[in-house]
Amino acid sequence: MTATRQPIATGSDWNFRVLEQFDEELARLADEYRLDTYPNQIEVITTEQMMDAYASVGMPVGYHHWSFGKQFLAVEQAYKRGQMGLAYELVINSNPCIAYLMEENTLMMQVLVMAHACYGHNSFFKGNYLFRTWTDAESIIDYLVFARHYIARCEERHGVQAVEQLLDACHALQNYGVDRYKRPSPISAEEEAKRQEEREAYLQTQVNLLWRTIPDSPEDGEQLPGSLSAQTDDPLGLHSGGRYPPEPQENLLYFIEKNAPLLAPWQREVVRIVRKLAQYFYPQRQTQVMNEGWACFWHYTLMNRLYDDGHVDEGLMLEFLQSHSAVIQQPAFDSPYYNGINPYALGFAIFIDIKRICEAPTDEDRQWFPDIAGSSWRDTLEFAMRNFKDESFIQQFLSPKVIRDHKLFLVVDDDQEEMLEVAAIHNEQGYRKVREALATQYALSVREPNIQVVEAAIRGDRSLTLHHVQDSRRPLARSVYPVIRHLQKLWGFPVHLISMEEGRVTRRYRWPVEETTQDEE
Amino acid sequence: MTYFIDRRPNAKHKSAVNRQRFLERYRKHIKRSVEEAVNRRSITDMERGEKVSIPTKDISEPVFQHGPGGAREIVSPGNKEFLTGDKIRRPSGQGGGDGAGDGGASNQGEGTDEFAFTLSREEFLEFVFDGLELPHLQRKPLKSLQEIKMVRAGLARDGVPSRISITRSMREAYARRIAMRAPIKRALKEAQQALEAEERKDPVLRNPARITELKAEIERLNKRIEAVPFIDTYDLRYHQLAAQPQPSSQAVMFCVMDVSGSMTQNHKDIAKRFFLLLYLFLEKHYEKVELVFVRHHTAAREVGEEEFFYSRETGGTIVSSALTLVNGIIEKRYPPAQWNLYVAQASDGDNWDDDSNVCRDLLIKQLMPQLQYYAYVEITPHDHQSLWEEYETVAARFPEQFAMRQIVEAGDIYPVFRELFKRRLSQQR
Repeated sequence: MTATRQPIATGSDWNFRVLEQFDEELARLADEYRLDTYPNQIEVITTEQMMDAYASVGMPVGYHHWSFGKQFLAVEQAYKRGQMGLAYELVINSNPCIAYLMEENTLMMQVLVMAHACYGHNSFFKGNYLFRTWTDAESIIDYLVFARHYIARCEERHGVQAVEQLLDACHALQNYGVDRYKRPSPISAEEEAKRQEEREAYLQTQVNLLWRTIPDSPEDGEQLPGSLSAQTDDPLGLHSGGRYPPEPQENLLYFIEKNAPLLAPWQREVVRIVRKLAQYFYPQRQTQVMNEGWACFWHYTLMNRLYDDGHVDEGLMLEFLQSHSAVIQQPAFDSPYYNGINPYALGFAIFIDIKRICEAPTDEDRQWFPDIAGSSWRDTLEFAMRNFKDESFIQQFLSPKVIRDHKLFLVVDDDQEEMLEVAAIHNEQGYRKVREALATQYALSVREPNIQVVEAAIRGDRSLTLHHVQDSRRPLARSVYPVIRHLQKLWGFPVHLISMEEGRVTRRYRWPVEETTQDEE
Repeated sequence: MTYFIDRRPNAKHKSAVNRQRFLERYRKHIKRSVEEAVNRRSITDMERGEKVSIPTKDISEPVFQHGPGGAREIVSPGNKEFLTGDKIRRPSGQGGGDGAGDGGASNQGEGTDEFAFTLSREEFLEFVFDGLELPHLQRKPLKSLQEIKMVRAGLARDGVPSRISITRSMREAYARRIAMRAPIKRALKEAQQALEAEERKDPVLRNPARITELKAEIERLNKRIEAVPFIDTYDLRYHQLAAQPQPSSQAVMFCVMDVSGSMTQNHKDIAKRFFLLLYLFLEKHYEKVELVFVRHHTAAREVGEEEFFYSRETGGTIVSSALTLVNGIIEKRYPPAQWNLYVAQASDGDNWDDDSNVCRDLLIKQLMPQLQYYAYVEITPHDHQSLWEEYETVAARFPEQFAMRQIVEAGDIYPVFRELFKRRLSQQR
């Protein structure tokens, strides 16, 4: 610690000059710690603008939809009632990385958000494999602009209501708009716009090919010229017999976009837009704990360095510590404030513990983490940040110490048993079970029902059949009905959804509901 | 590299479109809330926003989710006394919750049943008047009263010191000074030129007497210039006030309602809407609107709003008691010269048989000549009785000031209200 403390600024007021100085300092430290980031674009905004940003799920440019209005009203209400401190951070995975600072934040808050978002999240966006694979920070803003304009144009042409209904349906399925195992092609606005018309025509020929025995949809006036006649004109082998699709499809929106018989070209494009945006948010849904943990680790580290180097005074530091401990607080399960596991708390605890294991390993650590005990903490952290998602990150790095600190325990809730059973607690026998279970809890495949398209009856009644692969007898929530209704609207013909567990059919859903389904059950 | 951008000057209300779309989509729900609010609120309390709740299930955005049931494993923090193998009673309520399972789907918090938000004042009124264009009445058709208001009307030479117009007074003074000094200055210039000419002469030729004379003249002229007053009483200008007849900006609205046994709460709610509409309407036209509530059965009484709408009484009906009371109140508190007087009466048409013609006479002889407007609504699905018939005579006598309509259910109010005022407008033209 330096003897002479020369704070860049004191008190709670800030101005751009001061923020720039702090940013310079943070950038220097980030460089020292080898944090690789996109350039930062820091935007100072008002409270209301922040609520706008919140409401559009962090998209700086969004298309219009009532659900964002609902979101805005909810945020506004919560904020006005004082239930919610706004905007600890809002940062957008783009290049340059856009972060918002709210004008009424104190100086400490601005510096904290800069450290957290502009260096923490920013480096995570740039480094983590999921983001590298699934998102294209370069083009997202352009794509959002494209999407907004495209949807606005559709509203002009086809009416707000038609577009709204379509978006409702797509939103209901947006969590099923991702190929989990295939690397997607990056999205590019320019290309999208250029090729979009071309694609409309092409897509439609593909669909026409697939469905060529069916008549045109009555409401779809846009009939494409050029009838497809020759049997040889079947590059996809769609008509060589067998079921279609040959493999189950987990990307429902993609399947709809490419195969739904009655959608007009513009509708396919809207489906595609929702799908592409879902894909953009896909990594964020899988890296909550890591992403927040990483950002918290770095704001904590950087703020402490600022203090050690004498750039901030004690007052600011105390304010910071208070704010920081509020963020990483984890209420116990029986606390009235309990609202599930706090990803900030868990992530921060794990990253801090990795550092501890590297720097001062105990015997237990050596036994549990032989690879990283005593290694360079910076390299290990970087490795962890780059190559994992929540599920695997917890599986790999949740240490007995963190389990003990949080007093994690595992409860089995089986509706066939009268009582809940405590299956594991924070002891030698329980660590692995707790860790395994917690990791599973963050697996998307467990959090969300596994639903796939298994058959489109292209030669029969054109109905669509999906399978829900049930696990541990967990049924679908009642929301399944409105969702398959939406799905049916997109598909245009009856939709069947069959819940199966271990090869046995447990439940059938169908839309539209008909009397005949009663007989089947 | 870091760029700072100040986005604060950017447009606000980025979410306005989305907000409107939301309101549009849930019109039905919101309208119900607004109607409840209208019934609950005081008439004078309509012009503010309203908190609206919509059942969460009605506005949820469905996604595939796990429902309750089956077997699940839940990891929670904060174990205190549990050991492996302990059995715990299932927490009351559904086993669901517990933090796990819930995907990114419902982001409005911990399963609240109601989605609550606040409508702005404009949005609220829009819903109140949904389906009704507020009649675009101008001030004109409402007969204006002569009230004197003093307005500035140019300048005058006399007035009180507090109304002095300084700039104008100074300008006058400046002009006067220029005018008064000009001839003196001219004479002074001549005298000076003469003096100079005299002094330029050869000393031998000089006339000392003339020089002394000229010097004295110059001095005298200089004194005269100095003597011109900087400001004089003549310069003063005063702002003048003129008396201008002004339409009265205050109105009083009498709400007269029958509260005899035959009027149900439903009748009263309908009446309340009607009074509300009239009130909002008057409020748009007058700076100040006072409300007087008069309820009556066999006897009339002036009451507060709460009592007016929500306390019950039984008994027969004598309408004239209310009209007499209104007349008395006007005499005592609201001289027609200063107030625009409006009466809105709601009743189910019942009246004591011998009383209806008394009402008619009261109206024709005493009340109507003083009133701007009298609106009568009869809330009944049944046939008209004697009161209606007598009122028809009044309407015939005062076609422009007296309006009557029948209302059967709440939905009729807006059209009737519109009708009442539209008719008036077209007749005025």
